[in-house]
Amino acid sequence: MSMLSEPSTSRPFDVHGKPGERTSAPAATGRRDPVDPALCRQWLRDMLLIREFENRCMQQYQDKKIGGFCHIYIGQEAIAVGCTAAVRPNDPIVTAYRDHGHALARGMAARHCMAEMFGKIGGCAKGKGGSMHMFDREHHLYGGHGIVGAQIPLGVGLAFACKYMDEVIDGRPNSRVALAFLGDGALNQGSMHEAMNLAGLLDLPCVIICENNGYSMGTSIHRGTTMGHDIISKAIGYGIDGYVVDGMDVLSVYHDMSAIVEKCRRESRPAFVDMRCYRFKGHSMSDPRKYRTPEEEHQYASDDPIGRLKLHLEERGELSEAALKEMQKEIRDEVREAIAWSESSPEPPMSELYHDVFVEPHGPYNGTSLPQMLQGKDLR
Amino acid sequence: MSTAIDPTMTATREIEFRDALREAMSQEMRRDPRVFLLGEEVAHYNGAYKVSKGMLDEFGPRRIIDTPISESGFAGMAIGAAMMGLRPIVEFMSWSFSLVAADPILNNAPKMLYMSGGQFGCPIVFRGNDGAGGQLGSTHSWCVEGLYSNVPGLKLAIPSCPEDAKGLMTTAIRDDDPVFFLESERVLGMKGHVPEGDYLIPFGQAKVRREGTDCTLVSFGRPVNFCLDAAAELAKEGISCEVLDMRTIRPLDIDSIVRSVRKTNYCVVVDQSWSFGSPGSEVASQVHQHCFDDLDNFVHRVHSADVPTPYAFNLEQEYLPNARRICEAVRSCLYRA
Repeated sequence: MSMLSEPSTSRPFDVHGKPGERTSAPAATGRRDPVDPALCRQWLRDMLLIREFENRCMQQYQDKKIGGFCHIYIGQEAIAVGCTAAVRPNDPIVTAYRDHGHALARGMAARHCMAEMFGKIGGCAKGKGGSMHMFDREHHLYGGHGIVGAQIPLGVGLAFACKYMDEVIDGRPNSRVALAFLGDGALNQGSMHEAMNLAGLLDLPCVIICENNGYSMGTSIHRGTTMGHDIISKAIGYGIDGYVVDGMDVLSVYHDMSAIVEKCRRESRPAFVDMRCYRFKGHSMSDPRKYRTPEEEHQYASDDPIGRLKLHLEERGELSEAALKEMQKEIRDEVREAIAWSESSPEPPMSELYHDVFVEPHGPYNGTSLPQMLQGKDLR
Repeated sequence: MSTAIDPTMTATREIEFRDALREAMSQEMRRDPRVFLLGEEVAHYNGAYKVSKGMLDEFGPRRIIDTPISESGFAGMAIGAAMMGLRPIVEFMSWSFSLVAADPILNNAPKMLYMSGGQFGCPIVFRGNDGAGGQLGSTHSWCVEGLYSNVPGLKLAIPSCPEDAKGLMTTAIRDDDPVFFLESERVLGMKGHVPEGDYLIPFGQAKVRREGTDCTLVSFGRPVNFCLDAAAELAKEGISCEVLDMRTIRPLDIDSIVRSVRKTNYCVVVDQSWSFGSPGSEVASQVHQHCFDDLDNFVHRVHSADVPTPYAFNLEQEYLPNARRICEAVRSCLYRA
């Protein structure tokens, strides 16, 4: 695990570790069986799609097509893609507000994700959630949550429900694992600590994944978090196994997370992952990034997770230049189409203002309808 | 008036308020395996107020779950479970303690359906003791209806007697939306006739607890009992009060209030929360809107005093919207002061 090594002169910046201090945590040791090249190429495509989507998001934000807050996932694509690959399609996941990558990796169509940000009826939540609140019932994505750390107890609750449905209602062993993502900025919220205590206490199959990009908005992890170089120690305090995973390498994410997830599934126990990464863009669209240097950004940019996967494939002769070009073109077209579709999607009708407040009548009943992307689908 | 099952038509027996709550929860847990109860001391301790007494023995530790003192954590966990289709009952030992869980119960539960565009609902019941009256001092004496009734997406039920405790709790558990269920430590021991078997009281239907012709008293929760005391006292003076028990604040059965006020032409609202921005002020506003030409005086209001809840017994009694203060308000409203 390169992220655990001592800082070297060629890599002077290490946002996660303090010079001279090593983390006590072991690296996760997922088996390194070779991955089918076709699968690797699919991951490359998924990561490129997120990258292109996010780049175009920034343009759309600047063009004022997207309102509110908008948090860009560029640099962290390997995590959403690798983690999604490591779980089953019906394992529930929940994340924070930097959520476009998780939605796309989970299988939400780019058009429904983009239309949500455009505030259009074609959005995954009919334009009622926005960038920070992506929900997709079909793909078991339980949001997109805007309050830092709020999603972690929810994730533990998803794990509780998985286990309860299997063991208490159906009388069979637990079969599912929930993933709860957070940023390192959530490490100091009470909700994280309460959630970890409950997950440990109740033996809940939940992997709590800290996408540790080293910055809580503009505050570096060492300015805001005790033991910031060794956040696994927090999980150990709750009796939860912790692992350090290189979040800049999709193969590491996939191998390590597969091992961690299967252990949680088998043992019906939680785990905590220090997923080390770097966010290439600002915290949100309004962040001038004065708290870090161009040199540091440059070093991490040269460690681009997409570049690493590309290199892996090219070195093995598993990705031709023509195939890559074709892939890139397809993705550009897909995102361009998503934008055009979102632009042409109507604004939500005024009746939507009063839809979805209640399931059951309460006062004047205005009903509940599913978003376009789920209409006609059998969700049970 | 309620259209629910007439209790005179089914077998009833006299039980305590806490027994009525337990009966509703236990019957629903037998009926639906998705229902479970969690909270502090609900299992091995048999409930801090003995509401869940014996439930661990019947349902076991997988469905009657002791939690650590960690309201934000277990409320959030229960909401996550509800999003997947389970139907948790979350006991707050006191609603005062729900304040540390404000983010999950206000920001997640009531908004989930809306923010997900109708994809994920939250069928959950939060319940516990609400209100002052036991010399617990200010931090433990919250009347959260003043705060929480402001939030769209939740329902708020507040029973005043054992019969309603059972009927409203059963409805709350079967409801597909988040329900905030406000009990009172001071009435848990109150006895009353409660129907056996399935018993549901629909939300949003007030009950006339006492019929009268001179003044409408509108209240909910424990203060309904203060209103009944006041009405008995005022009857001796020849003032006939009609006492309306709202039973739910959200939804609010404004129709029943309007019907009564159009008959009496006078209205006094009795609300144990603080006056500023309260359910009482909302009721007064709506009555003024709908009964502008029917009223012979403005709507009078009796609230807890606008101060932190005092500890001293005499101060706390005076702080509450007690029968004496209600009588004074009615006399004042009827120009008989």
